[in-house]
Amino acid sequence: MHDTRAFKAFRAVVVTVLALFTLLPLYVMATSAMKPLRDVQGPFTWWPSTVTLEPFVDMWTTVPLARYFVNSAVVATSATLASLVVAIFAAFAVSRYRFPGRAAFTTTVLSTQMFPGVLFLLPLFIIFVNLDQSAGIQLVGTRAGLVITYLTFSLPFSIWMLAGYFDGIPRELDEAARVDGCSPMGALVRVVLPAARPGVIAVAIYGFMTAWGEVLFASVMTTDVNRTLAVGLREYSTQTNVYWNEIMAASLVVSVPVVVGFLLLQRYFVAGLTAGAVK
Amino acid sequence: MTTTLQRPRKAPPASPGPHDRRRRARWWLPYALLAPAVLMELLIHLVPMLTGIWMSFTQLTKFFISSWTEAPFVGLKNYRVALDVHGAVGSSLLRSFGITCAYTMLVVVISWVLGMAAAVVLQRPFRGRSGVRTLFLVPYAVPMYAGVITWNFMLQRDTGVINHLLVDDLGIGSGKPFWLIGSRAFTSIVIVAIWRLWPFAFLMLMAGLQSVPSDVYEASAMDGAHAFRQWRSITLPMLRPVNVVLVLVMSLWVFNDFNTPYVLFGTAQPAAGDLISFHIYNASFLTWNFGAGSAMSVLLLLFLLLVTGVYLTVVNRRSQRA
Repeated sequence: MHDTRAFKAFRAVVVTVLALFTLLPLYVMATSAMKPLRDVQGPFTWWPSTVTLEPFVDMWTTVPLARYFVNSAVVATSATLASLVVAIFAAFAVSRYRFPGRAAFTTTVLSTQMFPGVLFLLPLFIIFVNLDQSAGIQLVGTRAGLVITYLTFSLPFSIWMLAGYFDGIPRELDEAARVDGCSPMGALVRVVLPAARPGVIAVAIYGFMTAWGEVLFASVMTTDVNRTLAVGLREYSTQTNVYWNEIMAASLVVSVPVVVGFLLLQRYFVAGLTAGAVK
Repeated sequence: MTTTLQRPRKAPPASPGPHDRRRRARWWLPYALLAPAVLMELLIHLVPMLTGIWMSFTQLTKFFISSWTEAPFVGLKNYRVALDVHGAVGSSLLRSFGITCAYTMLVVVISWVLGMAAAVVLQRPFRGRSGVRTLFLVPYAVPMYAGVITWNFMLQRDTGVINHLLVDDLGIGSGKPFWLIGSRAFTSIVIVAIWRLWPFAFLMLMAGLQSVPSDVYEASAMDGAHAFRQWRSITLPMLRPVNVVLVLVMSLWVFNDFNTPYVLFGTAQPAAGDLISFHIYNASFLTWNFGAGSAMSVLLLLFLLLVTGVYLTVVNRRSQRA
């Protein structure tokens, strides 16, 4: 079957328009990161007056970017791993067992997606402060506080997606493993998880991107010690100067790892969505 | 398929043998598996939410922030103030609510249309398809703050690319307008939000299209159906389950969106871009009146519950009829 001329024209228009829309900010980010400061303080130019890599050098000293980078990496990685483990257990229970309270659990977890973040931002902050005062558990101004907060943000979608994925794996597989003497957990680890690898990878990507990009809670829960990139990038704007070239360089540097990782693993993500969420 | 119903009773002492072991009723196992998730949800979502609801009935201002349990109970006063459309607080909340509804509608509809167009166009192979697909997914993968901060730079009046492109290069309009203050701020935030959201619609719809068998299209092409007819009578119905979830999820995200206005406007928030989450955040943290802020959040939650409920009811009824 070949495409009609009208379809081809439609395709050309859609692809061109969307590609320009997508590319414009990426182009601005990449070229402005190579501009000297005076270029970004005057009228916009499509190309740097002199191509320089100085913003990529200076950005580490204007703002303690390296420290924020480490904080973001540690927080996002830990939150992703923790959320993955928690979601796998929960999704296995939801997919493989019928028990009283199952529907209540899935409904409640999914409906937390509806909560406006501002509703529990302050109470959560107060609870964290109180946990510190009464039990000595430090959660405000520490990475641990951010980790447990972020892991719950990706949890509902992860459980939902994984449960859908597990449902697609024939039960006969884990039953066979059980007959061979596996415990339920053994069946999960040795049979279900390997079969659900695309789903697990998809959920991990989602969890990492959620934690890496979160702004609202980071702006309230972080101090100098545990500040993440999401908040730190704003520090390039001072009273006297906005170092736009360094902001663009830093934006580029914080985007590249996530974008490359996502694009490399995107087929798993699509496969995970197809099998899990999209049913 | 569903044969593993576990009976809720205590297991007899384990006697070996694969058959017995399989039937041994570990009724507690699913609960143990759920426990970490439940614990985390309780700590981060449910308990804070209940605390928030309780706070909405109190006069929790900065005087009580260190001894927040002693804040005086004021009943429904915060709600009355928030809902009084003639008062200053109520009328600005209503305005912000209106802006947010318009914002949500525009962003979700346009993102869906763009995502659908791209998914349909990329459904059939052509040269460069995988490159285009990869490019389209980039905005979704770029961390939210990095993307929006770039847009902030682009929308600067004197140094931004948008004014340069429109006024200097294309000669549209006279004089460079402000994009981040005044009434144009609304247009700006809608465009920025679409840039970030449409790839998600594209991703979901693309995943959904993969489950549409291609021979259906071939059969209908034999019957002489045009591309648009095919889309309306095959693609759209097949994607219905995806669309039901996609539209709901996108609407909730966009309606509750805090990050986009926060990063795009910073503290200099224009009235035209006063989205409701941002409005409540400012009402709480700038005036230090957390009781009032919580009441507004609860009203917002009630509204979302209502809309979601009606939406799901309508959708389910329609799919039963079909």
